[in-house]
Amino acid sequence: MLDGVGKNGMNKPLAVALWGAVALLGAAAVGVVAFHRGEPINALWLVVAATCCYAIGYRFYSKFIAARILALDALRATPAERLENGRDFLVTNKWVVFGHHFAAIAGPGPLVGPVLAAQFGYLPGTLWVLAGAIFAGCVQDFVILLFSVRRDGKSLTEMAKEEIGRVGGFVAYTAVIAILVILLAVAALIVVNALKDSPWGTFTIAMTIPIAILMGIYLRRIRPGKVIEVSAMGFILVLLAIWGGQWASRTPAVAEMFTLRGPTLAILIIVYGFAASALPVWLLLAPRDYLSTFVKLGTIGLLGIGIVALHPTLHMPALTRFSDGTGPVFAGKIFPFAFITIACGAISGFHSLISSGTTPKLIARETETRIVGYGAMMAESAVAIMAIIAACVLQPGVYFAINSPAGIVGQGAAAATQTISSWGFPVTAADMQTLAHAVGEQTLLNRTGGAPAFAVGMAHIFSQSLGGETVMGLWYHFAVMFESLFILTVLDAGTRVARFMVQDALGHIYKPLGRTSWYPSILATSALIVGAWGFFLWQGVKDPLGGINSLWPLFGIANQLLAIVALCVATTIIIKMHREKYALVTLVPLMWLVAVTFTASWHKVFDPSPRIGFLAQARALAAGAATAATPRLIFNNQLDAAVTAILVVMVALVLLESGRHWIAIFNGREEARVKETPFVMTRLVEDQA
Amino acid sequence: MNRMRDALSVFLAALREIFDEAAYTRFLERCGTTSSPAAYAQFCRERESAKAPRPRCC
Repeated sequence: MLDGVGKNGMNKPLAVALWGAVALLGAAAVGVVAFHRGEPINALWLVVAATCCYAIGYRFYSKFIAARILALDALRATPAERLENGRDFLVTNKWVVFGHHFAAIAGPGPLVGPVLAAQFGYLPGTLWVLAGAIFAGCVQDFVILLFSVRRDGKSLTEMAKEEIGRVGGFVAYTAVIAILVILLAVAALIVVNALKDSPWGTFTIAMTIPIAILMGIYLRRIRPGKVIEVSAMGFILVLLAIWGGQWASRTPAVAEMFTLRGPTLAILIIVYGFAASALPVWLLLAPRDYLSTFVKLGTIGLLGIGIVALHPTLHMPALTRFSDGTGPVFAGKIFPFAFITIACGAISGFHSLISSGTTPKLIARETETRIVGYGAMMAESAVAIMAIIAACVLQPGVYFAINSPAGIVGQGAAAATQTISSWGFPVTAADMQTLAHAVGEQTLLNRTGGAPAFAVGMAHIFSQSLGGETVMGLWYHFAVMFESLFILTVLDAGTRVARFMVQDALGHIYKPLGRTSWYPSILATSALIVGAWGFFLWQGVKDPLGGINSLWPLFGIANQLLAIVALCVATTIIIKMHREKYALVTLVPLMWLVAVTFTASWHKVFDPSPRIGFLAQARALAAGAATAATPRLIFNNQLDAAVTAILVVMVALVLLESGRHWIAIFNGREEARVKETPFVMTRLVEDQA
Repeated sequence: MNRMRDALSVFLAALREIFDEAAYTRFLERCGTTSSPAAYAQFCRERESAKAPRPRCC
């Protein structure tokens, strides 16, 4: 190497100057985002802050982890090479794996969570998304991916069992099932809240079912395997369905047919979930999954371009009065509730399942885990920043009018807008009526769940870039369709994944139940899973506080508890690799998540405020006027408290078990031996030579 | 220009992988067969029975 010239050929002083400039620009942008008060700021500050933070995080922190802790070895053959079978294990181009991995981790979570957390202002969410991703989420995804690669692509559950013991494996398995069930219920509730009393949205989403079936038949019979082609056709049909939705909403007889209440929509979604799980995968699930991915990748790209091109102003203040815990969207203070509300954009335990699922079986070289694991999570975090921007471009009064349940702000437009204005966020009934009219809805009040607010924000951004106010309704329903399609895909794929997991477990008790092609088993396990999330969905639909208030924190807690299990596994392996002096890299995010989730769980179970604590709400219901629904509501709250407590106790057991291993290794009572697949020299280097 | 072409080909390869077209091509090569409704049905069955249900994140 020449003096002053780095490995990549860049002059060293120039590199120092360049990275120094990036750091200064990033610091200035974060400073503006953090300290600017009083007047609205431009969204571009968030974009610049995020870009600089990600660049520095990737260039320096991920490189440090790769070199000092993981010691990535480009000469070590990966399972994709050693076990290549052309099916699951396959040497694949790193950018192709990156796209594959990003498409799997980017679900509705990074869009919905930040929108809900925007009730605290744009600052808490932005700081958590940036710091959480760089120091926790990206690290988790990266190390779990690499450890899985070094263990023949083993799953998190298997690694937890091997490294921490049977307790770890059992807890990881149970947490995954619990998260799936709660996630599916929350996802379904968001769709219900987005579509209720919306003939346009309901018509469009209903049309995606025959479109998916048509795609399935076309793919199977007419042009086998031409997925991109048929997805593009499906996308055009969906655009026609959005346009048709406008006609449906303006034709009284059709509009009446598609104007549905929450409970009706919930029943339809439960029936749909069961059908999607039990029907042949090619008919409905696979084409819908492809269509959703097509729309997802396109829309995220379009939104990014729209934000940069339009650089809208953020009307939401940096911090709102609701940091004291009295927020109408969900109750609870910034700590811990902002950190469980935003999971996927900062750190999500669910990602560890994907990092130890299909992705490790495609990686060609260990060195590529850095861009795929760390890099893809950064891209997901950028999606969360876009969601914060979409929510915060709305006038705060409008944001709260959309996201607050009637149980908090009062029934009717006059009462709701008066309550919200009294908080210092002026909004009038006429404003809300004009906005609802512009987007082709009867009302936008009390549309909890985050999706409608995101859709209004996205429509606002898009309509200013393309088409103006006249096409705001089309953009709004495009956004609703995009989110609902996204969520329904999670719903049907998730139900199927959970079904497979339950069948796997039941197969140990009675072998035929484990056969994924045996119809009695398919029907029974599908009914079990759909019944489980359907129960929580029904509970959310009937909840006078809108359901999101209780279910989203429950989902956030379950998701972050899974991240604790993943970080326990990672820390244990790092210690066993004799890199204990660097264990803080996973230990610090682990301790932070322990503090966040255990505090949140404590509040959700025992807090004396009925808006926060499940048991307090059960007591308040018991003390209030009894209605026919009261016993069920009391039972629901007690069940939520029990689910939270059981999950926390199980994860505490994993923590204790992990801690026992760490202490035994430090004391020399246990041999620090990693359970990696032995080193095999790669042949890819020779092939290239 | 070459770089642009390379980037485009990687982008298309990523799309083909994400949308399982590449997996279907590999399946056809492995089975030494050509694309047909029967071959695609067999491919779908194989992916389904591989019991590698791909989780989608939240």
